[in-house]
Amino acid sequence: MIVEDAICSFCGCLCDDINVEVEEGKIKRVRHACRLGSSKILGHERIKAPMIRRGGELCMVSYQEAYDRAAEILLRAQKPLLYGWASTVCEAQKKGILLAEEVGGVLDSTATVCHGPSVIGIEEKGLPGATLGQVKNRADTIVFWGCNPAEAHPRHSLRYSSNVCGRFTPEGRAGRKIVVVDVRETRTSKNADKTVIIQPGTDYEVISALRMLVAGKGDVVPDEVGGVPKAELDGLAKTLLAARFGAVFFGLGITHSRGRYKNIDNALSLVTELNSHTKFVIMPMRGHYNVGGIGQVLAWSSGFPMSVDFTRNAPYFNPGETAACDLLAKADTDAALIIAADAASNFPRAAVEALAKIPVIQIDPYENPTTLISEVVIPSAIAGVEAEGTAYRMDGMALRMRKLVDTSYPSDEEILSHILESVHRLQRGLER
Amino acid sequence: MISGRTLAQGAGCECKMSPDFLKAVSLCHLSKGDYDALGLCEGKNVQLKNEFGQVVLAPKVDAGLRQGMVFIPMGPWANVLVGPDTGGCGTPQFKGIEVEVEATDASVLEIRDLFRGLRRAQT
Amino acid sequence: MIIKGGIVYDPANGIFGEEMDLCVDEGRMAEDGKGEVIDARGLLVMPGGVDAHSHIAGTKVNTGRIMRPDDARLGIEPRSGVCRPCTGYTVPNCYAIGYRYARMGYTTAFEAATPIIEARHTHEELEEIPILDKGALTLFGTNWEVMECVRDKDIGKLAAYVAWGLRSARGYGVKIVNPGGGEAWGFGSNVKGPNDPVPNFDVTGAEIICGLAQANEMLRLPHSIHLHFNNLGKPGNYTTALETLELLKDIKPSRMRQVVHVAHMQFSAYGGTSWRDFESKAPVIADYFNSHNHATMDLGQLLFGSATTMTADAPLEYGNARLTHNKWSNHDIELEESSGVVPMVYFRKMLVNAVQWAIGLELALLTRDPWKVLMTTDHPNGSPFINYPEVITLLMSKPKRDAEMATLHEQLPKRTSLGGIERELDWTEIAIMTRAAPARILGLEDKGHFGPGADADISIYDLRPEEVDPSRDHALVKKALAAAKYTIKSGIVVSQKGQILAAPPGRTLR
Ligand code: SF4
Ligand SMILES: [Zn+2]
Repeated sequence: MIVEDAICSFCGCLCDDINVEVEEGKIKRVRHACRLGSSKILGHERIKAPMIRRGGELCMVSYQEAYDRAAEILLRAQKPLLYGWASTVCEAQKKGILLAEEVGGVLDSTATVCHGPSVIGIEEKGLPGATLGQVKNRADTIVFWGCNPAEAHPRHSLRYSSNVCGRFTPEGRAGRKIVVVDVRETRTSKNADKTVIIQPGTDYEVISALRMLVAGKGDVVPDEVGGVPKAELDGLAKTLLAARFGAVFFGLGITHSRGRYKNIDNALSLVTELNSHTKFVIMPMRGHYNVGGIGQVLAWSSGFPMSVDFTRNAPYFNPGETAACDLLAKADTDAALIIAADAASNFPRAAVEALAKIPVIQIDPYENPTTLISEVVIPSAIAGVEAEGTAYRMDGMALRMRKLVDTSYPSDEEILSHILESVHRLQRGLER
Repeated sequence: MISGRTLAQGAGCECKMSPDFLKAVSLCHLSKGDYDALGLCEGKNVQLKNEFGQVVLAPKVDAGLRQGMVFIPMGPWANVLVGPDTGGCGTPQFKGIEVEVEATDASVLEIRDLFRGLRRAQT
Repeated sequence: MIIKGGIVYDPANGIFGEEMDLCVDEGRMAEDGKGEVIDARGLLVMPGGVDAHSHIAGTKVNTGRIMRPDDARLGIEPRSGVCRPCTGYTVPNCYAIGYRYARMGYTTAFEAATPIIEARHTHEELEEIPILDKGALTLFGTNWEVMECVRDKDIGKLAAYVAWGLRSARGYGVKIVNPGGGEAWGFGSNVKGPNDPVPNFDVTGAEIICGLAQANEMLRLPHSIHLHFNNLGKPGNYTTALETLELLKDIKPSRMRQVVHVAHMQFSAYGGTSWRDFESKAPVIADYFNSHNHATMDLGQLLFGSATTMTADAPLEYGNARLTHNKWSNHDIELEESSGVVPMVYFRKMLVNAVQWAIGLELALLTRDPWKVLMTTDHPNGSPFINYPEVITLLMSKPKRDAEMATLHEQLPKRTSLGGIERELDWTEIAIMTRAAPARILGLEDKGHFGPGADADISIYDLRPEEVDPSRDHALVKKALAAAKYTIKSGIVVSQKGQILAAPPGRTLR
């Protein structure tokens, strides 16, 4: 059987043209996906059964035992952290928010180690954006700033940006100007008309210089900014102004560097100002396929898009205090549920060390470094492959992921529902 | 030092316990100039060190890098060198980190070894 | 359930403040009922409120939340009882939307603008809003396929496309925003009026509006086209409004209803040539509605304080952002639309804002037939819906209006006729403008009235219409309207004296 137009559940492109060949309930071939997507969809060795750590070793247990133990850990904790949520569907995210409310925990997503600064920038300035199809149909000038889609979002250029043809962009790549701004040459810069190499940590200065040049105040710009000669920056400003429809895509190169959210704030201002001359939009290159979704679901349920603290029954948001890395760095959390993300690999070492000191519940299809420091491990179905649900693309477009094959593993949503039931049962027991 | 995504890192990141993932991310990209200046050759590794930790990685020449800059694919090896401070915004600074780099004969830690000793004592 | 002894206002059935009992059976109004008895002796009883135009779900609403953590903090209510936690004032979270409408006695609300391609997001949020029945209008006004059908004068194909779009988007009706403008905004410009050609498409806004109106009637949809004019929010735009309304006066409605519903009329009743000589043209607009029967409107009343402007009129939002130097979100939607969000504060001492405030009230008071005017604030553009009791009491009390005007910019009386208007609306008129008329205008047969079989959505207020004089006791009235004594949704008491007792999910109407 061939499942046509399946959605790839790897990166924020959510390519929806994937053909998957299924034979006897197993995925045999994946067509149209890139290397990242097909390796995800094809899958590999899984965690076999739920496990609880006893005497230092993880021992297999029943699902019910694992749910009960997880509930116990969460209820016993003063301030449990419920972290991850990027590689699962919105249905699971909704259940997770309810669980965080019930146990009085902090819910944070992987956004805080990738585009968290973008979210804060947007809180400061708003987001002048568009759907990806708008870029495809109209953009004649595209800037990739601190991002490397050729390696992180391999089909972005073919489906949505530099190389695709659209109604007002019939020539595709040939009709477009592609600019890359980065601290190094990358695979993406090989496809660019112009690459501007800046010194690491100077994004803010370079954007400020561009804002001045765009506003016609170039006289205040020094001869060199971020290692780039003024003349080159002036050329870049002219390119931006000459666009009929311009798009800026930005990545972790700018959110992870010195300045962090201030860089984004500045980039958003640049794009806002460009709109008094021509048409420009800007978009963060979201990494995990549904990291956008957790931001959306959290915003409509709690009013805030990440790092939400429910310990006082009312949502409280203060990144720097309520983000996962901050909680861990200050030993301000005493248990963690890690779902659909690998905190042990992606957090700074000191945060991982702190995580290893508190009881950790892991919900994931695969073994990974987080498993090594977990007390309870609950294997789940792969959302978007073995379980259906909604996901939000990097441009905020909601798409429905189908189930491609059957599985005996419970979905993230089911697991969380069971933990919630155990929590309710324990709460009733405590009341009595 | 900057850390970031690569194709191989992405393809392996759902399968982190495999040897492929180790090969894909326990790398230190550097310029040809720095490679030569450190006296590196086949079989030698690099040790990176800063106030947050130290880690041994396999060197890889990357023509896209300028001298004085190293790139490590994102993952647990790179994060040994990342500090936990978020500057009040929730996100650690994963890029633009100062590190000392030198050649070494030590070998790269396997992933389980990287996490060994971290496990919480059973109570 | 039996509701005993209330003073019932059910204008759709010719009941104007009569003491009577109401019966509920299985969630619907019935001839007789049993079980729970609610004592409403002497109290004001009306059908549950229906909001025909509000921005409560979807991409732009959530963008408003994401870009406004300041706003979220303004409305925090901890989780308690059956309630999930609430946040937000102008952009409340989903739970707050459901509970707050219900507390005021509202049981139905319509999201006013959803692009087809982003409808899934809208429905995800609608589903999460508790208690209310809700629906979403679907945007068609600057859509490539629509413009091509109109250009080719193929109304049959257009109707087929509209039918497909509504079905795919689970939409309730046809919304048109700044026709043609979204396409122009795709390259950063705008159309200047209904007769300005849309770049690259060889059609005009006027042709789009008429084409969609014809398609709407060909499909015999329950609601008419729902229109946000070109040039909205600009001085002198009342001529655009009149010109556009004239285009539609000869189209035959396929049902007993209007041919066009005008969204937030307040924002399109502006005189003057610039903000400097800005003035109200509400009297001219009201005259037009008084002498024509093909159009209805909702107010889009503006109140002082915080708001969040959000609309599929993206160039308007860019203008707002430049004007206020506030943060700006824009969202272009491929093939279909564009949209924007900008936070806003309206000030008493700013003449323009004061005139805008007056225009909404003038429109409601000068239009004679209350069936043509819905009370809305275009939530959260003019003000959040939570302030409806303020609007209602302004309409019911001349002394309140006078007292309010005395605190506003001193030049206001020169720019508006409001000061000279004596009319004070009564409970029948309020029941029409907030219940009966929105249901009729939307074509919701089971809402907005108490006839047998209608949805048992009922609001009972702690007010004795036979004793209280809203003109004088407006503060009392406002307080009573803010928290109904009982709100009953499909036969279930969901709110009592401001406390949420039950939070059933509510239906999506389509
Ligand atoms: S670009 Fe992203 S979504 Fe598309 S196939 Fe590759 S990994 Fe999947
Ligand atoms: Zn509106």
